[in-house]
Amino acid sequence: MTITETEEQIVSEFSAFDDWLDKYNILVEMGKSLPKIDSQYKTDPYLITGCQSKVWLHAVLVEGKIVFTADSDAIITNGIVNLLLRVLSNHTPDDILNAKLEFIDQIGLKEHLSPTRSNGLSNMMKQMKLYALAFKTKLSGKS
Amino acid sequence: MFFPIDKIRSEFPILHQQIYNRPLVYFDNAASTQKPVQVIDAIRHYYEHDNCNIHRGVHYLSMKATEAYEEARKEIREFINARSTHEIIFTKGATESLNLVASSFGKRYIKPGDEVISTIMEHHSSFVPWQQMCLEHGAGFRVAGINERGELDLDELYGMINEKTRLIVLTHVSNVLGTINPVKEIIAVAHRNNIPVLIDGAQGVSHLQVDMQDLDCDFYCFSGHKMYAPMGIGVLYGKEKYLEELPPYQLGGEMIKEVYVDHTTFNELPFKFEAGTPNVEGVAGLRAAVHYLKELGMENIAMYEENLLKYASGKLANLDGMKIYGTAVHKTSLISFLIGDIHPYDVGTIIDKMGIAVRTGHHCAMPLMNYLKIPGTVRASFAFYNTLQEIDLLVSAIVKAKKMLE
Repeated sequence: MTITETEEQIVSEFSAFDDWLDKYNILVEMGKSLPKIDSQYKTDPYLITGCQSKVWLHAVLVEGKIVFTADSDAIITNGIVNLLLRVLSNHTPDDILNAKLEFIDQIGLKEHLSPTRSNGLSNMMKQMKLYALAFKTKLSGKS
Repeated sequence: MFFPIDKIRSEFPILHQQIYNRPLVYFDNAASTQKPVQVIDAIRHYYEHDNCNIHRGVHYLSMKATEAYEEARKEIREFINARSTHEIIFTKGATESLNLVASSFGKRYIKPGDEVISTIMEHHSSFVPWQQMCLEHGAGFRVAGINERGELDLDELYGMINEKTRLIVLTHVSNVLGTINPVKEIIAVAHRNNIPVLIDGAQGVSHLQVDMQDLDCDFYCFSGHKMYAPMGIGVLYGKEKYLEELPPYQLGGEMIKEVYVDHTTFNELPFKFEAGTPNVEGVAGLRAAVHYLKELGMENIAMYEENLLKYASGKLANLDGMKIYGTAVHKTSLISFLIGDIHPYDVGTIIDKMGIAVRTGHHCAMPLMNYLKIPGTVRASFAFYNTLQEIDLLVSAIVKAKKMLE
């Protein structure tokens, strides 16, 4: 599935809920079901600090695609982390760099990605793109 | 006691709205209070009738605006019982008041090897200016701790006083714990040792009757927006003796007396510390807020809020997994808490969707959070327009959030 297709899928999943609390219920469940990050990556070098919650992010390149794992100390942040990983993980650096990630806005969670929200998520998105850029540079260096 | 809560609520237009299809419950009053129509009308009236740059104008509007501004100063003086209007400096807020004193006091009085004593419960706006000023001047910055109820460790504080101490800086009321510090006693002890005391009153003035002559503090700082007045206006009270001796903080505008190519002389108090065009609109709003508080009566407000605090403390303490931070014998109407091992951000985000506004995080008091070894708390802070019914809504929202998040 392409990044855009996954985004569309998520938007349609969330469109079933009118009430904000129901949306957050789903987000909480997604937060709880986020696969655990390997404990060696839940350490300071992988920490993205926010004022409200922390996020740890790790990335590896597997057969030209970036696989992200991440974790947060807050469940709702983890819910959004789960969505971001579902959309961006397992894609090429180019696809990740070109992703506009409009789905966050479309499902009404834009506030969580605002830099002023300071939950670590806006820095996490930046960091994911930086990983993509770094891997892209590394790949082009090899060829 | 009769407290006209329905009338009061009707005077705060912002409270009567639905958010996420639920009635708004505003429990973030320690961050900023809402404004009554009287304050909103005063700002409107200022722009519709009096707006003009103040002082030095010879025309009608300028004189009218100046008069309103200086009348407000008189009323603030009376409200906090300062000796003279020379001791009332208008600033942007408590943060600017604190920075002003830290900068000017540091330049005038602090030498390498001197010490400033503060506490672990300070807001960053008070903690950081002093810490940085001490670093700049090679002075020591010493910080007294708290007990398990969140009360200041007075023995530790007094034990720090020595011949090198130049100033004691502390908050009147902790913005995280609600603890009301025994500032009058601390000031008396400090003065016996010839040490001046600065009080950060940002969380004090909206809950307590403050009296500068009774407290005998040397500086007292507060913000308008935490006492039902607009944002961007605040007050620095300083004893005339100190304000005369301190160098100016910012330069230009009304603080100037005469300028020559090679030197400048500065205006008298209080203008010496009011550089640039002041926030006349803010002062008009602050004046209206002071009227409003005086009409309600600070004692009535304190009694009503005490009742809210007792009710909320009782209800919240009964919840499974609840840990309340700050159980001082004397505290204002706020409750900081954590529930189980749920992150405060999660609790705050979920109950927001139920219409309840609380604050989460470190509340600009990272030294205190590190001292307590927690990442932050959820803080519900009450004002006199809040009700017991709203506290019931908070309690049931927390129960629901806990169920979702566990």
